[in-house]
Amino acid sequence: MNAQPKFSDGERKQLLDAETDGRFPDPRGRFGPYGGRYVPETLIPALDRLEAGMREHLHRDDFQAELADQLTNWVGRPTALSYAPRLSAAWGAHIWFKREDLAHTGAHKINNALGQALLAQRLGARRIVAETGAGQHGVASAAACARLGLPCIVYMGAIDMERQAPNVGRMRLMGAEVVPVTGGDQTLRAAIDEALRDWVSDPMETFYLLGSAVGPHPYPYLVRELQAVIGREARAQFLQRHGSLPDAVFACVGGGSNSIGMFHAFIPDRNVAIIGIEAGGRGPGLGENAASLSYGRPGVLQGCYSLLLQDDDGQIHETDSISAGLDYPGVGPEHALLHTAGRVRYESATDAEALAALQECSRLEGILPALETAHALHGAKRWAKDHPGKHALLCMSGRGDKDMPTLQRTLLGSGA
Amino acid sequence: MKPRERLADAVRVAAKSGEPALVAFLTAGYPSAARFREHLLAVAAGSDVIEIGVPFTDPMADGVTIQRSSQAALKQGVSLKWILGELRAMQRPSTPLVLMSYLNPLLQYGYDRLAVDAAAAGVCGFIVPDLPFDEGAELRTALNAEGIALVQMVTPVTTAARLTEVCAASEGFVYAVTMTGITGRNVAVPEEVLAYLARVKAASTAPVCAGFGIRSREQVERFRGHVDGVIVGSALVEVLERGEDVTVWLRALRGR
Repeated sequence: MNAQPKFSDGERKQLLDAETDGRFPDPRGRFGPYGGRYVPETLIPALDRLEAGMREHLHRDDFQAELADQLTNWVGRPTALSYAPRLSAAWGAHIWFKREDLAHTGAHKINNALGQALLAQRLGARRIVAETGAGQHGVASAAACARLGLPCIVYMGAIDMERQAPNVGRMRLMGAEVVPVTGGDQTLRAAIDEALRDWVSDPMETFYLLGSAVGPHPYPYLVRELQAVIGREARAQFLQRHGSLPDAVFACVGGGSNSIGMFHAFIPDRNVAIIGIEAGGRGPGLGENAASLSYGRPGVLQGCYSLLLQDDDGQIHETDSISAGLDYPGVGPEHALLHTAGRVRYESATDAEALAALQECSRLEGILPALETAHALHGAKRWAKDHPGKHALLCMSGRGDKDMPTLQRTLLGSGA
Repeated sequence: MKPRERLADAVRVAAKSGEPALVAFLTAGYPSAARFREHLLAVAAGSDVIEIGVPFTDPMADGVTIQRSSQAALKQGVSLKWILGELRAMQRPSTPLVLMSYLNPLLQYGYDRLAVDAAAAGVCGFIVPDLPFDEGAELRTALNAEGIALVQMVTPVTTAARLTEVCAASEGFVYAVTMTGITGRNVAVPEEVLAYLARVKAASTAPVCAGFGIRSREQVERFRGHVDGVIVGSALVEVLERGEDVTVWLRALRGR
């Protein structure tokens, strides 16, 4: 492990081959150099139990049957694949959406929350704790816990509670206890710190339902496995409708759960470009964005070694993004690997670009996307300019209703 | 004597008195960076080992007191580099010094350079709360090259097999966390904690120090005879925060 790793072309190729062959995470919980388990000793037995339970249940037929039943009959999977005719005409390339915004609770987060809650139930957990940024994972956790009859406590940064107020009410209506986090940066990162502190206090009875593909092993793997349904469905649907694979696949990247779920099925398809879009915030300076792959350096935060926005002393830097769900200074270790291996290209979109793309998508397609998703939309728009007539498949990770307070202040407030 | 042996020795020698050795924690530069040296010397005069907290933005194993002290220290520009510079420049106490730091500041500093600079600053050991035993080989190797200890933590939920392995590998002392949870909460000391500490003692060749939630003379008395030392952190940080007399408070904690 190193703060300034260098990789030769040969090493990059080896990493990509190992990733493509499904050899990551390795037995030490690493995706090449990234990942691992950097947590207090108190959590080691809990992570060991989670990993053992996951290996026992996750791929067993009875668990998969129960998960599939809930995904079909409660979440509403498979979600639709929508062609976007008017955006395609406007942008010049063919734009397709994988409609995770149509999944129950309005975002992809439910895939993971439901899967982990089912696992928690099998492992005999007495209570569930979760963190949330945009509130979508909190809502999904509250819904899954209500469905399964598990008590749910959600930690949420005080700033996020304000900018995502509708989701706070939704969580409470579904019986979850929402705990404001006033320490740290009062956003997603502080909420994860606080959820970890809760878990450390009761590691035997509490299940930590982590919402993104970050944190200590086995979470990045577990979350990816539960979200990979997005890409599997999308790939099959696209092949059936179009007869061949898309030219490029897009998703927004914060911690990286919808994106790893979308991308994973396409990693072996070397002719398909994979492009992740991070939050470019107000600009490229440290503290102005949340684009850890574009601007970060390797380090350890919240249990894993990955790329981080940090200063020279290793202090984690505050981030800025209009989108609470992308407002995180780190990123999942598998994305760091895909970045290093060169399989996925990571770009960013600014707040203003995301807002403009959200407006266009709403007007031309009658779909109000989440602000997170709007970053991916801008990425597809930028790509479309140079790829006329080509096909872009984008993960419409969530719906934008939760963003109305922000949109009232921005697009609507400015008289648009 | 290597720095890590000095550390173990200080705990053992102090424990011979019948009272547990006192490991006293302060966050570097809190409440005042300008008075760091003064506070360090005052704490040193009343303790057997000093644990200096390197502030970090995300102290996930710490309660509200150390979260607050870390934030305030960072605001004053305190960093690992600054701390090592202060220690190098000052007339250091003879009490062995241990640095407590989350991993990322150490990683960014560079392990090899860290070991050399820490040795030059008189540091005998490191406690890294987010570096579990399995991930610690690289840092341990770098520190050992300079004779510096990597102190390992064990907890009441550590399995028996792991306890044996971790205790055998711990250098300087074994940090026996007294409870599941974060630092700073006042805890009673039930019989099962003493039974757990006996298991830790039996598995360790290094001395054993108990920490997390120790705030009162009553608790220290309860631990007497069961461990070689006690670690007091948040409560001492609060004494410094309130501007009270550290010497008086530490003396009372030790029953002197």
